[in-house]
Amino acid sequence: MVQTKTFSIQGMHCASCVRLNERALKHIEGVQDAVVNLATGKATITYDPQKVSEELIQEAINSVGYTADFKEKTEDEEKERKTKELNDLRTKVLVSLGLASLIVWGSFPGLVQTSPDFLQDFLVQFLLALPVQFWAGLMFYQATIPALRHRTANMDTLVALGTSVAFTYSTIVTFSPQMVSQAGIEPMPYFDVTAVIIGLILLGRYFEAKAKAGTSEAIKKLIGLQAKTARIVRAGKEIDISIDQVQIGDIIRVRPGEKIPVDGVITEGESSIDESMVTGESIPVDKTRGDKVVGATMNKSGTFLYKAEKVGQETLLAQIIKLVEEAQGSKAPIQRLADLISSYFVPVVIMLAIATFVGWYVFGQQSAFLFAMLNSIAVLIIACPCAMGLATPTAIMVGTGRGAEHGILIKDAESLEIANKINTVIFDKTGTLTNGKPIVTDIVTSDKAKVTREKLLQLAASVEKGSEHSLADAIVKKADEENLVLDPVTKFKAIAGHGVEGLVGRHRVVFGNIKMMEREDINISLARRPLAKLGEQGKTVMVLAVDGKLTGLIAVADTVKDSARAGVEALQKMGIEVVMITGDNARTAKAIAKQVGIKRVYAEVLPQDKEKIVRQLQTTNYKLPTNVVAMVGDGINDAPALAASDVGIAMGTGTDVAIEAGDITLINRDLRSVARAVDLSKKTMNIIRQNLFWAFGYNIILIPVAMGVLYPITGWLLNPALASFAMAASSISVVANSLRLKSVKL
Amino acid sequence: MDMNELVVLFIGALGIIFTYWFFLGKKPSFAEATGGRGIDVIVEGGYSPEVISVPKRKTTKINFTRRDSNSCLEEVVLPDFKIKKYLPLNQKVTVEITPEKEGEYPFSCSMNMFHGKIIVR
Repeated sequence: MVQTKTFSIQGMHCASCVRLNERALKHIEGVQDAVVNLATGKATITYDPQKVSEELIQEAINSVGYTADFKEKTEDEEKERKTKELNDLRTKVLVSLGLASLIVWGSFPGLVQTSPDFLQDFLVQFLLALPVQFWAGLMFYQATIPALRHRTANMDTLVALGTSVAFTYSTIVTFSPQMVSQAGIEPMPYFDVTAVIIGLILLGRYFEAKAKAGTSEAIKKLIGLQAKTARIVRAGKEIDISIDQVQIGDIIRVRPGEKIPVDGVITEGESSIDESMVTGESIPVDKTRGDKVVGATMNKSGTFLYKAEKVGQETLLAQIIKLVEEAQGSKAPIQRLADLISSYFVPVVIMLAIATFVGWYVFGQQSAFLFAMLNSIAVLIIACPCAMGLATPTAIMVGTGRGAEHGILIKDAESLEIANKINTVIFDKTGTLTNGKPIVTDIVTSDKAKVTREKLLQLAASVEKGSEHSLADAIVKKADEENLVLDPVTKFKAIAGHGVEGLVGRHRVVFGNIKMMEREDINISLARRPLAKLGEQGKTVMVLAVDGKLTGLIAVADTVKDSARAGVEALQKMGIEVVMITGDNARTAKAIAKQVGIKRVYAEVLPQDKEKIVRQLQTTNYKLPTNVVAMVGDGINDAPALAASDVGIAMGTGTDVAIEAGDITLINRDLRSVARAVDLSKKTMNIIRQNLFWAFGYNIILIPVAMGVLYPITGWLLNPALASFAMAASSISVVANSLRLKSVKL
Repeated sequence: MDMNELVVLFIGALGIIFTYWFFLGKKPSFAEATGGRGIDVIVEGGYSPEVISVPKRKTTKINFTRRDSNSCLEEVVLPDFKIKKYLPLNQKVTVEITPEKEGEYPFSCSMNMFHGKIIVR
């Protein structure tokens, strides 16, 4: 069978390009015709799908120097098709409900007296029900026939079966009523039942389709964030190219208000960048030369040039999308029971419907046949396997999507499920609770030395400039921030584990720890008190001496993140025990723990032993047989501990993040995100439990009611039309309940 | 119990047995991926083949083509491989899997109505 296909061709700019591409396409065996349009940049081919593949087309287009893009068109086509489908469905709903109301008017006891005579005519009712059954309801047959060929069944099979039985019976009543009367049954058709069932189920489908589209909104939003073009600088000229063509190493210009196309590093200029769409952090970040920028974030104020470092599938956004898609494709363990039941559900319902018919026919009193038929139809229609199928996946989709919007990336549904049971959270200290970069916190001058604070810092920075020690960076940076001009140093010497010394002008400057001072025989007795005080606060203190005399102290410390205390408190409020683990000494560890409000601290733990502590905490809990432990780390140094924990939470430092390191990855720096992730997990699991409870409860209660088990006691029976309403409402309510996650506050 | 009732009872019992045999007693269609070749799965009223055997630690391509307009089948989910793919009508959608462990891995439509299975050997 011949098909047509339309796709984009990139790189065309003149009429000869059109000819070249057309010729290349027509040369493919199996292509009957090819038309290329320069204005739209698109090609339409008529071809034999057995002989022509997308690969062959791509090869042909590439051979003449262009690129074919099938994706864009396919997505548009799909979108168009979906919209058309939804519009068709709406028309069918309106027509079938309209026709159904006419039939109901002409047949429903109480209403029938008010209806015109022609509506009471069975033949008219038949004619009105005919399009509902075979035009609006065609989709049920279209799904049932191939399924039966495969010896499988689904929701559509039940609807097709139920309505066909009622329609066939009603048709017999209409055309040969004597056949029914002979059996002692009053000839009364049930076209109202078939039409109402189909109308209401289609209405349910319409709302369900609309609601379901909302569950995948987050991922669509993420994909939509991507910039379409990039302005690259090549040979001194700036040109706009498609984002797909940006290559690593390209220099890209970004102007105020523009989206940053791909990931890279700023080479010139500075700006304030809104990264909220990717990290969930609401405050714009100032960036300058050497800073990393992320594709899809928004440039606010300045113009800058940057070098592309990651393109295509390697960008942070592409990885986030991939992770969210994967999570949405995974299955939560809680779903297992629903899975097991759903594989038997439809056949069991059909068997129950047969049993209902037999039961009513054999044991029923008056009009046994009618009761048997109507009740077995009610059983087929009331059964709602859809609610069970939708209960977990829709909530997972909305939950993971909602997380991604806030910079919380959940690897899979299982992690989301376990996270709701977390009762212990272990934080790694350096780089997680703290910023991981030491800064100068205190500058104390000696009363005797009579130097200013600035002079003290300037001297210390001058000698430290030549040092490679990590603390030296903090001091030099502080001097730089205060615009101090450093002096040249001669005879510089670094003494490992002690400090540094050198000549600044004619003065001999010594800067280091107490051991250094002892080595140099410098009297520090006057500094004992501030030294002890700063030490207790967990700070590293260094002493400066000029020409053998104590001049002052500089304290350096890693600072806690602004959100650390609030992050810890939020977890504690949820009843979760918070623990800190660090390789640092006990004094520093305790000082930091005190600042953030953590009571339980494991200090001086070697990296390889962190994993052991995690395991220890998992098994030793005085309240519970097992603990569900989450480990929060940077994802690079703590990989084994993260893997050993029940939920490994990798915390990014802004946009620089090892995205697949944890079960949950937090892209933003905000430590409150840990509690938010746990909260999201709890809320999602609650929704899933409600959905499953509803889906199971609904079927467990209403199927027996439809069978008529309450009839002997209360005289209650379920009208098949009412059953269709309940069924439609059931699956919509599950999806709508999942959509509530979209508005939960995190 | 009169004759009519007996007949209905008998036919009903047969109907239940038939339903069980028809839906739950079937032998699923089977295909095996060998020599690095992919497997084509037609999605129409279910999956054919329903059971796919693939080798361990090798990448296997499974090509799904949906020919059924039923919206129930428009997505295929392979939860153990964290794959959920939209299947546009009449278009081949390729899914690549590289299973590390032997075992049975189910796949289904997104509503969990139609099922298939991947057996890793």
